[in-house]
Amino acid sequence: MAQTASLWNLFCVFAKVGTFTIGGGYAMLPLIEESLVKRGWISEEDFQDLIVLAQSAPGLLAVNMAIFTGHRIKGLPGSIVAALGAVLPSLVIILLIAIFFTQFQENEYVRRFFQGVRPAAVALILVPAVRMAKAGCKSWWTWLIALASLLGVAFLKISPIWIVLVTISVSVSVSLILQKKRTP
Amino acid sequence: MTGLLGQLFFTFFFIGLFNFGGGGAMLSLIQGQVVTAHGWITQEMFTDIVAISQSTPGPIGINCATYVGYEVMYGAGFGQLGGIFGSVLATFAVVLPSFLVFYFIIRIFYRFHEGHSFADMMRALRPAVAGLIGAAALVLIFRTQWDGLHLQLNLIRESFPDWTSWIIFAAAFALGISKKAGPIAIILGAGVLGLLIY
Repeated sequence: MAQTASLWNLFCVFAKVGTFTIGGGYAMLPLIEESLVKRGWISEEDFQDLIVLAQSAPGLLAVNMAIFTGHRIKGLPGSIVAALGAVLPSLVIILLIAIFFTQFQENEYVRRFFQGVRPAAVALILVPAVRMAKAGCKSWWTWLIALASLLGVAFLKISPIWIVLVTISVSVSVSLILQKKRTP
Repeated sequence: MTGLLGQLFFTFFFIGLFNFGGGGAMLSLIQGQVVTAHGWITQEMFTDIVAISQSTPGPIGINCATYVGYEVMYGAGFGQLGGIFGSVLATFAVVLPSFLVFYFIIRIFYRFHEGHSFADMMRALRPAVAGLIGAAALVLIFRTQWDGLHLQLNLIRESFPDWTSWIIFAAAFALGISKKAGPIAIILGAGVLGLLIY
């Protein structure tokens, strides 16, 4: 059962995940699980714990999972190799497209294709916004935060980074003050 | 050149550090810093990059960072080689915070994770991120402005030239939210419609 993975194995697993999953994030979790847990490189419980941690840490879920599981299996070199595997397919594919696209951007057919694509791309950004609002807006104050963040970024041109920083510091402070009041 | 590379590195380092909420949230952070704050690329170019990031393999946030890194350096006149260097740098910078957080903060984080404060923080962050992503979509549809008295919305004609583009928008949203079609099918379908219509 408990087989050992080489660094090359780890790299290949995450390169496969990076090449074959579109959209990243949750779409790739089943593929990582299949590759790591079924080969006995990591236990099911460890894997589930790491998902929870990777979701709440800053950064991208796909990259966090590569770093966390890579570390669990092979230490620091494991985490570096796994992250490299997760990122490299994107880098190669996007670079090829970027080099190609800048040369054909003025092409009549490319222009018409992207004229059709733009409204669809905007609609696809709206999808996670609506999903997250459904999951996270459950009281008047959560709606207020969502609205303030929407208007602040869209109209006052406040950087999203500031919105995240202020939300973290205010919510943690309020939470600590409320806890102190409850337990004098 | 080194000045721009330095700015590119720190911009994407902070985007990686303050990204809570996955690829969609990262698109709004990249838009905020790269398009709104620095003006390195136009809103229309960013919309095209988003479309390509959504329909190619790999995490959306990485795809977008890679593409924007290329475009910023190429657009500043450093050629293809400069573009390749910019994309590698942007990708490295956006991933680096994940390593630093894991190796230096994770123990404190684990302890913090158990407490009430962490749950409260996530409860406040989710709606904030929903708003951020909503704003990213809004800014790709309208040029928005607030002059202290009234809010202004001017439609971006380059992306929404006529009523057919709104039908594409509505259809793509309906297919996406109901999970009836994946992003590749939606983007390709919209592209083919564009070839036929425009």
